[in-house]
Amino acid sequence: MSHHYDVVTMAHGSGGRAMQQMIERLFLSAFDNPWLNEREDGARLSLAELSRQGDRLAFTTDSYVIDPIFFPGGNIGKLAVCGTANDLAVSGATPAYLSCGFILEEGLPLQDLHTIVSTMAQTAREAGMAIVTGDTKVVQRGAADKIFINTAGIGVIPTGVQWAAKTIQCGDKVIVSGTLGDHGAAILNLREQLGMDLGVQSDCAVLAPMLAPLRTLNGVHALRDATRGGVNAILHEFSEASGCGMCIDENALPVKPAVRGICELLGLEPLNFANEGKLVLVVSAQAEEAVLNILRRHPLGVDAATIGEVTAHPNVCLRGVLGVSRQLMLPHAEPLPRIC
Amino acid sequence: MRFVDEFRDPKLAKTLIERLYQRAAQLPYTAEKPMQIMEVCGGHTHAIFKFGLDKLLPPQLEFIHGPGCPVCVLPMGRIDACCEIAAHPEVIFCTFGDALRVPGKQGSLQQARERGADVRVVYSPLDALKLARENSQRSVVFFALGFETTLPVTAVTLQQARREGLSNFSVFCQHISLMPTLRSLLLQDDVRIDAFLAPGHVSMVIGTAPYHFINQQFGKPLVISGFEPLDMLQSVLMLVEQVCEASCKTENQYRRVVPQEGNLLAQEAMRDVFVLAGSSEWRGLGLIEHSGISLSPAYTVFDAERRFQPQVQSVADDPRARCGEVLTGRCKPHQCPLFGTGCTPHNAFGALMVSSEGACAAWYQYRHQETEQQDRQRRVAG
Repeated sequence: MSHHYDVVTMAHGSGGRAMQQMIERLFLSAFDNPWLNEREDGARLSLAELSRQGDRLAFTTDSYVIDPIFFPGGNIGKLAVCGTANDLAVSGATPAYLSCGFILEEGLPLQDLHTIVSTMAQTAREAGMAIVTGDTKVVQRGAADKIFINTAGIGVIPTGVQWAAKTIQCGDKVIVSGTLGDHGAAILNLREQLGMDLGVQSDCAVLAPMLAPLRTLNGVHALRDATRGGVNAILHEFSEASGCGMCIDENALPVKPAVRGICELLGLEPLNFANEGKLVLVVSAQAEEAVLNILRRHPLGVDAATIGEVTAHPNVCLRGVLGVSRQLMLPHAEPLPRIC
Repeated sequence: MRFVDEFRDPKLAKTLIERLYQRAAQLPYTAEKPMQIMEVCGGHTHAIFKFGLDKLLPPQLEFIHGPGCPVCVLPMGRIDACCEIAAHPEVIFCTFGDALRVPGKQGSLQQARERGADVRVVYSPLDALKLARENSQRSVVFFALGFETTLPVTAVTLQQARREGLSNFSVFCQHISLMPTLRSLLLQDDVRIDAFLAPGHVSMVIGTAPYHFINQQFGKPLVISGFEPLDMLQSVLMLVEQVCEASCKTENQYRRVVPQEGNLLAQEAMRDVFVLAGSSEWRGLGLIEHSGISLSPAYTVFDAERRFQPQVQSVADDPRARCGEVLTGRCKPHQCPLFGTGCTPHNAFGALMVSSEGACAAWYQYRHQETEQQDRQRRVAG
């Protein structure tokens, strides 16, 4: 539809014909679903249909401003669908509908926008979600960085699923669904132009299909996807919400050698690195084996591992390779590489 | 992971610790009056806390965390001068990441960036040189910071800039030399240092000979150590053996990296580009003679301070901060009245809280909850 030298212009956000053309040719054709195709100001969703799937709605929103917008393993569009779908999934919900708002910088190549929108459509479709409403704004060059996306999502929580951090108990097991820090390492390498041949891709993925079987299992207490702040941030959130502590075993952490390498080199911790397709789960000791089996049966969960347990004293600590425990502080800001 | 896991082997660590317990029992030191080993380098301090090495030592041995973190000893006034230069609209100011948040009196470089300065984090001065080539209309300033570890790469960068005749590149030179500081520490009245773990990376450049005065003049044993847990435990054992055998010498545990003569090419580049330039201010320690380093006459054209003439700033540390006492082993980080209250990593009052390699920041990061718990227990018991 567009030549590679075509770019987003102020006209694309003007409300005039250029905008109508972009909506029709790009967004409607890519996202194509009955709710969007009605072309009303708001999508009209059937309550009866939603009620058949459960007794509560999960509703969440997130904004995506990642730089670079294309990276190994995905792009900002894939992230915008996966991130919001995963926030719904860890609430116990089946993700159903998404909205998306674009803020485009004047001058963004239309080819890039086309690629991003196609990826969003494909990712949503694979996850069983429909992008049912949206908005596009164009701002002058310099007023935004290429493209910002906001997505909000609605999902339905089946009756009986009560995952929440406040249900965590002392003696529970802490599980992660796979290797830590892949997304953070891939982005750091690219953004800081470290030029390392890591062979590591962003783990950006929709986790709902892997999680769905957990909803009928007893003893699953809380789940979160470990995005910004990494697993460390989630452990602190869990500790605060439950009043319990989290004791993690450093030897048990699944980390790819390349990610460990970049961390050793720059003096950073994989536990603080962002993930875009990894969960932290807290489950009862009785449910541990069953949960690990379910996760490992799915391609996204083959490296799932128990990394520690919930303790009575509300500390988050890490038992190191030599057996000495140390506290895991939540960094005040993004950790910076050390010089020597 | 190769070259890492071998040096963290728990079984070998256990063997070394057992041996340390046996030999430490023969030392003329006790749990009440332990042998105080100063690890000079901030990298060592970080490793001690990260792996809990101090908790594995026999009670007759204790680490004192030395001054070898170039970010920690950076005077506040120097940061103010950097911020002043960075505020020039034509300047791209390049810094290593961990200097970004160090507070000056007028705020940090990060805050300067928030106010509109073009401050960028680089991983090498060569990255800054590349920026200068790519931005001929801008003036690129590199914040050259660190001991003999980072001196050679600044030197090589400046040699390259000179060859290319890059007129839009300069450095703000805050390099300092380690050896005068060790001498100054040992010349203090109430010295509580019994032995030294010397920094591996500095030694890789300067070699082993410059340490001999510490043995000969001050009678302190010294071992140059690597940074992995087994390196450090073995180095401590070597120090203990020296004391047991009543010997006092410079030994090199980090032979896989540190040649006896150091790196001759690096030394040559440093001699070409830098000169020792009188005294330098160290945050927490004050003015130390002969520790300052500036550019040699052939390279002064690359001196950012000459180019931008920032105001000379002298900023005194808060008198309540006990950084100097922590650095000399007279006080533990959490015994300072400001620790964890007035002084935290995100609001650092004193030098040692500034970088993650500073003794106080490491203590805060890895031990703070413990200290709080002990305090709580003490209060409950009392």
